[in-house]
Order: sequence, then C-alpha cells, then structure tokens
Amino acid sequence: MPGDRYRNKQIIRVQGAKGSRVPVKIIPERLNSPLDALNPRTLYEYLKGAVMGKRVGICAVAQTTYVRDKWEQRFQGMGLDVLESLIKQTGVDFSEKNGIGMSINVSDDIFDARTISDNAMTDVLGGHFRCEEKVAQEGAQAIYYGLAAIMSGHTDLVLIIGHCKESQGKSRNMVTHLAFDPFYTRPVGLDFCAAAGLQAQAYAAKSGITDEHLADVVVRSRLNAVNNPFTPEAKVVSKEEVMKSPMLADPIRELHAYPVSDGAVGMILASEERAVEITKNPVWIKGVGNCIDRFFLGDRDPASNFALKKAAKRAYDRAGIKDPRSAFDVMEISDQYAYQNPMWMEGLGICDEGKGAKWLESGGPDRFNVNPSGGMLAGNPLILGGLVRSAEAVLQLTGQAGKRQVRDAKTALAHGVMGPAGQFHTVIILERD
Amino acid sequence: MKKNRNVAIIGVGQTVHSSHREDVNQPEMIHEAVSAALKQAGITIDDIDCIVHGNMELFEMVHQPDLWHTLGTGAYGKETLRVTTGGTTGATLVCAADHLVASGLHDIVLAVGFEKLQEGHTTGGITNMADPLWGRQLQTGALTGMTAADLIEEFGEERAKKASMKYRIIMDKHAMKNDKAHRRLGLEFDQADDLAKNSPALVGELRMIHMCSQSDGACAMIFASEEKAGKLCGQPAWIKDHITVHREELFCLFGGIPYMTTHKYAAQKLYERNGIRDPRREIDLFEMYDPSSWWGLDWLREFLLLENDGHIKMVENDEITMDGPFPVNPSGGVIASNPIGATAMIRVAEAALQIMGKAGDHQVKKPVNQAMASGFGGTMWTVLFLLTKEVPWQ
Repeated sequence: MPGDRYRNKQIIRVQGAKGSRVPVKIIPERLNSPLDALNPRTLYEYLKGAVMGKRVGICAVAQTTYVRDKWEQRFQGMGLDVLESLIKQTGVDFSEKNGIGMSINVSDDIFDARTISDNAMTDVLGGHFRCEEKVAQEGAQAIYYGLAAIMSGHTDLVLIIGHCKESQGKSRNMVTHLAFDPFYTRPVGLDFCAAAGLQAQAYAAKSGITDEHLADVVVRSRLNAVNNPFTPEAKVVSKEEVMKSPMLADPIRELHAYPVSDGAVGMILASEERAVEITKNPVWIKGVGNCIDRFFLGDRDPASNFALKKAAKRAYDRAGIKDPRSAFDVMEISDQYAYQNPMWMEGLGICDEGKGAKWLESGGPDRFNVNPSGGMLAGNPLILGGLVRSAEAVLQLTGQAGKRQVRDAKTALAHGVMGPAGQFHTVIILERD
Repeated sequence: MKKNRNVAIIGVGQTVHSSHREDVNQPEMIHEAVSAALKQAGITIDDIDCIVHGNMELFEMVHQPDLWHTLGTGAYGKETLRVTTGGTTGATLVCAADHLVASGLHDIVLAVGFEKLQEGHTTGGITNMADPLWGRQLQTGALTGMTAADLIEEFGEERAKKASMKYRIIMDKHAMKNDKAHRRLGLEFDQADDLAKNSPALVGELRMIHMCSQSDGACAMIFASEEKAGKLCGQPAWIKDHITVHREELFCLFGGIPYMTTHKYAAQKLYERNGIRDPRREIDLFEMYDPSSWWGLDWLREFLLLENDGHIKMVENDEITMDGPFPVNPSGGVIASNPIGATAMIRVAEAALQIMGKAGDHQVKKPVNQAMASGFGGTMWTVLFLLTKEVPWQ
C-alpha cells in the first residue's frame, strides 16, 4: 500500500512552510487513500486540512469548588488558589527564560463590576512585566486562544485562569439582560434565561421533550454531581421535586437552571516539547471549533442548532473525526438549562436530529458518558462553562476523576455556550496518548 | 520573534472619529469600519475565516457585545474570538489576529476594535478599574497630573510647559491632515502661551488642551497569511514582532522610587530581539499611544531609550513632525482621536498604512521601511509592535 512506510509511525515530521519541519500525526485509516503518495509533502498537503500542525498539551488543571456565595474570598483569592495548585503540579514559574510566556484571564467586567477585570488579576497571573491578556468570551475560548499562541510559535507555555462571582450581583439576569441591544430587545425585558425559555419551547416541540424528560435530566445530573467534590452544594433531588419547582421561563423550571455559583478554574497549556517536560500525562488538544449565530432571535430558527453544528464540524474536521458517535469516551457539555442536554447532543451529532426525547429514554446520556461531573446543571459560573468542562475532561483523561471516573477514557469532548439561546458555541476535543 | 509563518496586514478601515455618532448605533458604526477594510483589501466578508472583537464593555454597559455586534462585524457563521485588555485592547486584538494566522488555524482574520464613549461615562468607567478597597479613592480616571509635575520638576516650568504645548500643537497640525481624526482644532504655534494659561486645568498642570478626547469610532484590520497576502495585496505591512508587558495594579503606589517603565522595558526587549541598536535611525516612523501631550513627551524618552533631555530636544528641534527625521503620529495620535477599544489598534493601523503608502494626506514624505506602534492601557501597560515593508522572516 502506498502509505505503508508510515503505518507504524504516530508522528512524522514533514517539510512545512518556509523550511520549517511540521509534525504530522498519522491517521492509519487515511493511509489507504489513493491520494497517499510516498512523498511526505503530498501526504502533508493531504492531511493538513484535517490535522492540526503542532501538538499542544494541557499539562495541569485546577479548580476551586463551585458554591452559591464564596463570601469569604475575593476573586483574586480564588484565582490564587488555582494558581498555587497549578504551580505545585507542574513546577512551572514566571522566569523570563523558561517560564510562562503568556497568561490569559477569563472574566467579565460586568460580573466583576470592574473596568478591565483582568487588571485586578495581574499579580495573580504573574503578569508583572510579563504578557497578560483577557479573553472576554466563553471560557473555553481561552484554550482556543492559548492554542493559537503556542502554534504560532509566540510562546511555548500558557497559563489560563478564569474567575467569576455570580453572587456579587443582585441577579445574574441583570447582567445577561445587558447583552441585549438597547433599542429592540432590552425593552422587552429579555435575559439569557427568558431567551432560553423561547428556545426550549421550540426545541421541545421539535423533539418531543416533556416536563418529565427535563426532570430526568436534572435527577441524573444531581446523582452524578454528588460524586463531584467541586460541587459540594449539589443535592440529590427526586423527579417530583423537579416537576413541582417554580417556573422561571416556561418550560424552564427553577431546578432546570444551573445554580448561581462562584468559582475559579485554571490550566497550563504547553507545546509538545515542554509538555512532556512538565507532566507525565499531558492531554493533547486534538481539535477546536466555534461558531456564532445571528443575534436577533427572530432571525434564527432557535431549534436548529446552527452554530453548534458548525462549531462541532470544525472541531471534528481539525481532529480528523468522521463519526462522532464512536469517537468519545466521555463528553462534558455546558447544559445551563435541562433542555440543552439533549439539544446540544443533537447539535453535536451524537443523537439524531429531532430525536432528543428518544435518546434520553434509551439511556443516551449514560451510554455516551455525558457529564459524569453533573455538568453545568450542577453549578459553575456562566462565563466559565466550557473551561470547567474542559478541566473535567482533562481529569477524566488523566485518571484523576475519582468516583466519577470513566474507565480507560482516552478521548473527550468539552463544550461551552454563550449568548441568548445558544448564539455562540465552542467545542474542544481532547485526547491522551 | 520568528513565528510559524509570516502575517501581513492587507487592509485597514476606520470610521470618522467624533464626539457624537448619533446617526449610527454600535453595530452600524462597526459596519462602516469593516466595510472600509474589506474594500481596501479587495475582498468580501465571505473570504474572512475568523473575526476578533474587542472593547471595554463597562463603558457602554453591554454584556459580551460581540453577540449583538455580529450584525455589524459580519461574524455570522464564522469562528470568533473576543479579547479585551483595557486601553491596550486594540493592540491585543492585533496580537490575537497575528497568533490566529501565524498558527495556521486561519488564513484571513478580521479584527475589530470600537468604542462609543458617548454612550457611557468614560472617567467614571475608568475609575471603576481601581480596587474598591485600596485604590478607588485615589483614582482620577485616566486624568493624572503626575507626569506634568515630574517634567516640570526635572526641566523647569518654562521649558517643560513649552515643550508639552509644542508637542500638542504638532499633533493638531498632523490631525488637520487626517480626515478621520476627531479633534482638528487648527492650532498655531503662536497660541501656545495663551493655551498654557487659559485652557481649563484638569489635574495640576494637565489642562484640557493637553488631554486626549473621548471619541466614538471603530477600526477594522485584515490579516492574511503570506500565501494569501501575495495574491491579494501588492504592498502589505508585515508584522515582524510584538511584545506585551503588563504591570501590577498597585506597584509603586507611594511614588518617590525610580522604577523601570513598561514602555522602556518593552522597547529594550523588542530592540534586543530584532537587533536594533539605534532606534531613531533604524525605525522610520512611530505611532505612539499618547493619551496626553505630557505623556507623549515623556514617553518619547522611554520608547527611544533617550538620556536626559533628549526627548525635549526632539520636540524643540521639530524632529517629530510629519516632515521631520523621526515622524511621530502623523495621524494626530490619541490626543486627536480616542475611541478607546479601537485607539491602540488605530496606532498599528496607521503605522501599517504608512508602510503600505496608503495614508493619504498624512502620508509622510520619507520612505517607511520599518515602523513602530505602541498601545497603552491598564495600570501602565504596554504593547509594542514592529512592522516592516519587507517580508520579515524567510
């Protein structure tokens, strides 16, 4: 076969742009393609669309617990706990020669009530006379950005710390209300919860989701969350309790919504060379993808999963995944509201379009190991969703997930969502060797 | 610093910057800049792979504004990234776009910075940056008279005030040639004494005339890989290197201790990395983030590693004018236009336009082969860029 000479290799280095040597990961099933020539350059051209050039690894993750009100800590304190754990795990420092080359904060000015919310974090991020930046978007986008900074050759070691205290505002809905434009949609009183209610209606009608289905999602999330030491306030609930909880935005009930939470999460990203230096079990970023939908709800089909489908396709293409249903050992998705759990699975291509109810009834969440942590329904602040999910995925892939560990997990998907009714989605695919 | 692959700036678009843009809302204003950048690059929104967005959300009090602004940025269906770092935001957006293209994740990236300061309270917003327990009582927004006091102490009242006012008037003369600039006052050098005496005092010797404006405006830039740039743009501006240097919030709170500025530190590192020994000769032009004419004057010394009164002499000897040997801010700089989330990006954009030869009436006469642009923000943060006319890395 033309590709046989590469069959036993995991990685080869081929001629890249401008004389650089680009590591290319070999996908054995692709080697039988007639396009596979013996020439590494041709092989590279063929593979580069599907495979990311340079391997970047997550070397350590750290989290605080997520609770309703961390009144005893400022957000800097939460961040410091995360930083100290990361440094202890990896031994990295901020030295100019070999230390962290870029620190990325994830936070939000309006949640923090601070202009330039990362300004208060500069010392925690080691940003004194160093490079420090802030991603003011869904938390998993910090991984996307850190990945780009390492793949570009700008740095080989990136620190990410995200923080948020939803308890600081009278209501987080007041914050998300401000995401709406002041002319047409703010006067209606929309916030992310109300927008999600509209989407939930549309999705329930499309996929046959009932109040009972949603209650099952919450019951399962809580049962999982009891095994997650980072969500100490999550309690087991009965189906009846969920179905009797007050309505927030029909059909979303109070227990269908993620709890108000405070917390911080962080991780260290490194180039392949550095990753193997600072950790025994790096988790590789295999694919990333994100997408944004139209802003006005009336301009979209709210049940269509437009942005998530595109985000997922981009991530799958970059990771070289053809069949998502057989690709992942564990999936951590941001289900801010119960209806999103089956809906996002449709968008990710794990469940057939419009068959969310059937998928839930047939035990889909357990079959695909969706959110063994309890997911976002068990609690983490809005903007950190995807970053916390990615941290959980890393714990699973490195065998550190304790009671919620999925056996022999090798590949994972993490997902984050932001904006009214899932306007923006981001997907991260992780894999260990 | 050598990257995975070269990144070119192939298009720049700006709105007219103004104190009031009541004729447009935020996405509409952004759309003006995006359309202009696409037009200059000769491409359409369909050619863009990814959109990077940034501003300071507390000014306009819009949460995650990239969601709404999708209407103006054209991000629908595309990959996006939102990065914000205060005053340096615009420069950080350029860093982000540079990383995204250099990494190979994307071939063409659009970055958009904007601010509509009319819709918020700028000084109130900036004051909110300080720690509520330790710093907020001391914070006077972006207004500080300390640099004026320091320069007056070092060089005497008359010389320092004269140099600062001359710097201000030079910037206004530059702005008069830039039809995008917000404040184009038509100042003449013989007004200097009158302005120094009669312009309203803000803090100490920092007067209204010295200070930058609060503007509405947006800037968009298009970045491309070497391969795409070769097909799309005859003469792009190349990003050779950039460095970001931040600093702790309460560093040197009580003053009185000589300390290294982030500007000087960034400049030293950048010169070292790129083998620049004599920045005034090797760099042809500098677009500096100068929030006031006192800071602009003082920072010349930091960025160019000058000793003693070298910076004052540069101003006194007309070296920094558009026709001088080392033109600074031919666009008029930040004193003329300051839509904060775009301001630092405009510095890089203007430097790029000079290299591309597309700066119009404020194009400098001398050839520009290598230009520098700076961003400033936070608690004395610096982002410094080195752009070149030639492809930087072979």
